[in-house]
Amino acid sequence: MKIYLPLDSAAVALGADDVAAAILAHAAKAGVQVDLIRHGSRGMVWLEPLAEVETPQGRIGFGPMTPADVAGLFGDTNTHPKALGLIDALPWMVGQTRLTFARCGVINPLDIKDYRAHGGFAGLVRALDMTSADIVAEVTASGLRGRGGAGFPTGIKWNTVAGAQAERKYIVCNADEGDSATFADRMIMEGDPLTLIEGMVIAGLATGATKGFVYIRSEYPIAIEVMEKAIALARAHGVLGASVMGRGPAFDMEVRVGAGAYVCGEETSLLNSLEGKRGVVRAKPPLPALEGFMGQPTVVNNVISLASVPVIMAKGAAHYAAIGLGRSRGTIPLQIAGNVKYGGLYEVGFGLTLGDIVDKIAGGTASGRPVKAVQVGGPLGAYFPRALFDTPFGYEEFAGKEGLIGHAGLTVFDDSADMLAQARFAMEFCAIESCGKCTPCRIGAVRGVETVDRIANGDTAAIPLLTDLCATMKSGSLCALGGFTPYPVLSALHHFPDDFAKAKEAAE
Amino acid sequence: MKDFIIPDRDYGTPAAKSKTMVTLTIDGFDVTVPEGTSIMRAAAEIGITVPKLCATDSVDAFGSCRLCLVEIEGRNGTPASCTTPVAAGIKVTTQNTKLKQLRRGVMELYISDHPLDCLTCSANGDCELQDMAGAVGLRDVRYEAVETHFKARDTSGKANPQYIPRDDSNPYFSYDPAKCIVCSRCVRACEEVQGTFALTIEGRGFDSRVSFGAKTDTALTSDCVSCGACVAACPTATLQEKSIIEIGTPERSVITTCAYCGVGCSFKAEMRGDELVRMVPYKHGKANRGHSCVKGRFAYGYASHKDRILNPMIRENINDPWREVSWAEAMEFTSNRMKGIIEKHGRHSVGVITSSRCTNEEAYLVQKLTRAVFQNNNTDTCARVCHSPTGYGLGQTLGTSAGTQDFDSVEHTDVVIVIGANPTDGHPVFASRLKKRLRAGAKLIVIDPRRTDMVQSPHIKAAHHLALTPGTNVAVVTALAHVIVTEGLFDETFIRERCDWDEFQDYAEFAARPENSPESTALLTGVSAEELRAAARLYAKGGNGAIYYGLGVTEHSQGSTTVIGIANLAMMTGNVGRAGVGVNPLRGQNNVQGSCDMGSFPHELPGYRHVKGEGVREIFQKVWGVQIDDEPGLRIPNMLDAAVEGTFKGLYCQGEDILQSDPDTKHVAAGLAAMDCVIVHDLFLNETANYAHVFLPGSTFLEKDGTFTNAERRINRVRKVMAPRNGYADWEITQMLANEMLKGSGRAPWGYTHPSQIMDEIAMTTPSFAGVNYEMLEVKGSVQWPCNEAAPDGTPLMHVDGFVRGKGKFINTEYIATDERTGPRFPLLLTTGRILSQYNVGAQTRRTNNVAWHTEDLLEIHPHDAEVRGIKDGDYVRLASRSGETSLRAKLTDRVNTGVVYTTFHHPDTQANVITTDYSDWATNCPEYKVTAVQVALSNGPSEWQKDYAAQAAHSRRIAAAE
Repeated sequence: MKIYLPLDSAAVALGADDVAAAILAHAAKAGVQVDLIRHGSRGMVWLEPLAEVETPQGRIGFGPMTPADVAGLFGDTNTHPKALGLIDALPWMVGQTRLTFARCGVINPLDIKDYRAHGGFAGLVRALDMTSADIVAEVTASGLRGRGGAGFPTGIKWNTVAGAQAERKYIVCNADEGDSATFADRMIMEGDPLTLIEGMVIAGLATGATKGFVYIRSEYPIAIEVMEKAIALARAHGVLGASVMGRGPAFDMEVRVGAGAYVCGEETSLLNSLEGKRGVVRAKPPLPALEGFMGQPTVVNNVISLASVPVIMAKGAAHYAAIGLGRSRGTIPLQIAGNVKYGGLYEVGFGLTLGDIVDKIAGGTASGRPVKAVQVGGPLGAYFPRALFDTPFGYEEFAGKEGLIGHAGLTVFDDSADMLAQARFAMEFCAIESCGKCTPCRIGAVRGVETVDRIANGDTAAIPLLTDLCATMKSGSLCALGGFTPYPVLSALHHFPDDFAKAKEAAE
Repeated sequence: MKDFIIPDRDYGTPAAKSKTMVTLTIDGFDVTVPEGTSIMRAAAEIGITVPKLCATDSVDAFGSCRLCLVEIEGRNGTPASCTTPVAAGIKVTTQNTKLKQLRRGVMELYISDHPLDCLTCSANGDCELQDMAGAVGLRDVRYEAVETHFKARDTSGKANPQYIPRDDSNPYFSYDPAKCIVCSRCVRACEEVQGTFALTIEGRGFDSRVSFGAKTDTALTSDCVSCGACVAACPTATLQEKSIIEIGTPERSVITTCAYCGVGCSFKAEMRGDELVRMVPYKHGKANRGHSCVKGRFAYGYASHKDRILNPMIRENINDPWREVSWAEAMEFTSNRMKGIIEKHGRHSVGVITSSRCTNEEAYLVQKLTRAVFQNNNTDTCARVCHSPTGYGLGQTLGTSAGTQDFDSVEHTDVVIVIGANPTDGHPVFASRLKKRLRAGAKLIVIDPRRTDMVQSPHIKAAHHLALTPGTNVAVVTALAHVIVTEGLFDETFIRERCDWDEFQDYAEFAARPENSPESTALLTGVSAEELRAAARLYAKGGNGAIYYGLGVTEHSQGSTTVIGIANLAMMTGNVGRAGVGVNPLRGQNNVQGSCDMGSFPHELPGYRHVKGEGVREIFQKVWGVQIDDEPGLRIPNMLDAAVEGTFKGLYCQGEDILQSDPDTKHVAAGLAAMDCVIVHDLFLNETANYAHVFLPGSTFLEKDGTFTNAERRINRVRKVMAPRNGYADWEITQMLANEMLKGSGRAPWGYTHPSQIMDEIAMTTPSFAGVNYEMLEVKGSVQWPCNEAAPDGTPLMHVDGFVRGKGKFINTEYIATDERTGPRFPLLLTTGRILSQYNVGAQTRRTNNVAWHTEDLLEIHPHDAEVRGIKDGDYVRLASRSGETSLRAKLTDRVNTGVVYTTFHHPDTQANVITTDYSDWATNCPEYKVTAVQVALSNGPSEWQKDYAAQAAHSRRIAAAE
């Protein structure tokens, strides 16, 4: 009997380890031979822990599991109260276009044979027969853009590094996934780490880099453990090492663990942190592509950008580019969180409207109250009111509405949310997480909190000061932390002015 | 050269070095600058000042203040002009509505966290924050700040945890965190300019604060070396000279040259009236490029110290108290005594010692005094005890008695050998420039018995540290040559072209002998053969190789041999004659190079020309109108020997304290005591003055005009910034004495009215100075000799097309060990050196607040050697040699190897030179300070000798009360 149960952090947080222990204990007691595979999550977090039992028809899902539900798995599963039927037939799964996450939740993340059997390394094998320039051209043609949030074309960044002359070049994977409501990086590292490794090796082939670093935030212990095991596995199988797959150039990689600073997700402070320095932002230029880690040309890409490369190489740029909307090509792993009925990861081509995502996929709020706002793109993303729910999910489309898609995390709020408190939170978040280098962020965020407090106390005259401050922070800050903090603040102020006039009204 | 107190223009970012030029448009004006220049600097080049706070041209762009934002046509956003390099054809706008609003917004934030006490602030009028608030038109601060760093208490009276009180621990500057705008200029200056990394930013976000070391540190207890780079970089009152706090801002400034070490830093002496407010390193100084150390920057307080003697004093007998007299009486007394001696004992019974701290012009006059007035060649200088072997060794091999490079050369070097020098302490500004180059990737080899800070300190580490046994320099240098010869690492083309191939063959045969191999000498030198071989390969084949050396090379029995060995290494590897290479003595005193150039040695007339040369003598005879003795005169040790024998009776000693600085103090004291007329010309009653009959008060470098010549042969102007407190500049005093002596001789008196006339005489008589005069120094700022018709702009690099002597000469370097040996009674080797905060015998620095760092000389001893003697850290120990003994406190450290102890000689109550022997260099008599066999044992306090000495000094220093 083969049972799959996620090792994914979200599943573990919801009790997956207890369920796993119960399964093994029950199997031992019943004398049943159970092959329990801890794998990645399918992304249906409301169903976690989600156990899957392999059957000739396919995998049958059970969830959310508790240890009490375990015994039932060994009986007539058709009558199991948590039975969900065939996983692949669930609407959540059917609606997706899983490219990057195709193997996540399917395979054993640390079984290289399983990985290969599901199309793993096809992209790398193809890349090994291509010239660097051709790989860069392929990635460029796919239209892949930086999934960390900036949306910079990956192929163009690679081209800059490929063209730079240096003794050493580096691939740095930014896995310091600190945005609220985001977990795609973690899920892929926990559920299909070899995809990320494969993507980084291809990046190395494309640019001439021979060393890769995965910079993972310390809050992701499981991802760190899985990545380290996967790297050891890849090295043992000759994927990494002195010659990639025995016929390519050298490429090796290692995991580096962050120390709890949100700002180290900003690429230049990440590089400083990686070098053992204080995690402060560097001015650009010089671009990291030319002077990055240790002053050498460096690709700094988000996990999802790199993990999307293998499928692009395997299926061809055209296949990937055929999906999407406008200049946003391919798929995007939406991460739905907050006050929603169905939270989780949903990989789909660009172009769904925000309304479809919130109302149809996420199923509205968990509280059952009306949706008031959705913050898209993490703590620095704008709040979208229902009036903007017709906005299609795409880089330019969101920018056109004074917003951003960021790392594609969505946090849904119902009508009980106080948007002034949310604006204050944005400033407070910036004040706590600021590296302290540039003035608009270092002092501005603190003054921002104080100014919102004045407004909360009925001083509406402080509102123009808040907008001036936001203008200074937006155009004056050194990096996106200070520069994007105005998005949530101004969108809250703009779309929900009533929340900023309450104290004054009450006083009157 | 006076200028207004408008600071030198700050271009915001350092100059780019590219040869490719780029043209762009800024505010409608075209500007062409080197590729890599920042937009900010390009704008400054055409007089457009973009507002800025975190940028300053001494450190790399940082991009934190966000005031210098500009717009570039066709580009997104508002990039910072400091961090954005120019690009061809771009159109930049530095001022428009959006930029104005942005800047005002940033300034409003700054000022919301800054005390508004401008009128009473020490930086009032000299504050960039104040300037920028004005520049951006900030008229209102609308924030109602709750969190601040400057209010000691909040509105409810509770202590503000963000408030950090002022740190006044450093004697020279204060750190007031309440005024700090966290621009990081200080941190960057400490890292990039000084290379000490004592400052950091602690915390993040609003909690980001400048911090000296760890949180528990103060400025004084941190690694800070008080170079002042952070103070110079600070745009506000946060890091401020205490003198500014006490006096106020200066009103004028005069550019002059530091009177401490041989680096010869240029400073702006900033004045209010005749009060010196502060010394600020001069950005256009070619030796220091805007940097300084604690001595030049801050330690000038000795000039107004109460110990300074301002009136001439005489006494019949050294046991008498001093009697203050008029200049006229002093001159008459002195002249009569000297004339009496000459009458009785002949003209060879008197002599002079020129000063390496005085100006070229003054040194020239002192040697002229003995040659033209006393009519002998009994002149010597303190270079005798430091770099005389350099003069000999480099003169023999290369043809000039000086370093081959300018200090800028270090920016082009790939491999540096530092041998017998401790530049972070002795030549700190050069050390900072070297460390900067090392951080950029150059490799370092240190040859020193001691683990100096060059061996390892933050962000630098020597590739090889050859920790040799003191006294084995020659063996190590020859072993390096052995490796280069036997492994074929020499540059045959260079040697064939530039040197005598046969001489090289001879030297190669010598060096290749098995007894010179690193394996053979390892037991003797204590240096691992493998390490030495690796070092030799690195120097020979690592690119531009430069050697910098100090007194650890020269102050040995074989000092001259080591200098020759060093020159051999440079020649055989082709490391002479271009930027980034060369042989560079790090000269100890501000004008030791100059005093040597000026004919201070008994055998050489100015310009290193032997007195036996009839043609040379003729030049001076014509100008001076007197016959010059054709026999070389006495060196300092010979003078003292002769004095003890009774044939040398009178000495005029200007600006040198031989009793403290020369070896074997007892012998020096005996010599001085045997003389009938010792004239000490100095700022203070120094140790030598204990044996003097005449004391002539000297003037400081702030009180006179003249020139100093630094270690790179650079002739820098010294400018009078205030009137001499003693009444006369030193050159005037020497002239007075000369003229008093000349009275009745029938010869014309000297008639110099300004030092420029003395320089004109030097130029007239000395070919390497032929092109030098004060007018040209005003224009060029400084010039490196030779400066003449062939090199009208001076000579930054020597031996470019050929060696000065013609073909470079290889001379064999046989190692003959010193007679000073360790044995059962004296099992340890003592070597001596110096420390950053003190200078030489300490006469100046001990009379400044530098004593905060080094109140006494300590004996460094390895913990193992200490343990077997029962010595703990801080114990009083007796240090004894065959010459004498003294007592001082022990410091346990593994900077020295077992078997080696180390101390400094800055404090007269220690008198380390009681210990040193009278062994000296075979060629030049340079004393062997660096090797003395000693024993160390616990003691109860000062030795008998120290007590006697202190009593004698106190007795001798009595000054009779004015009647």
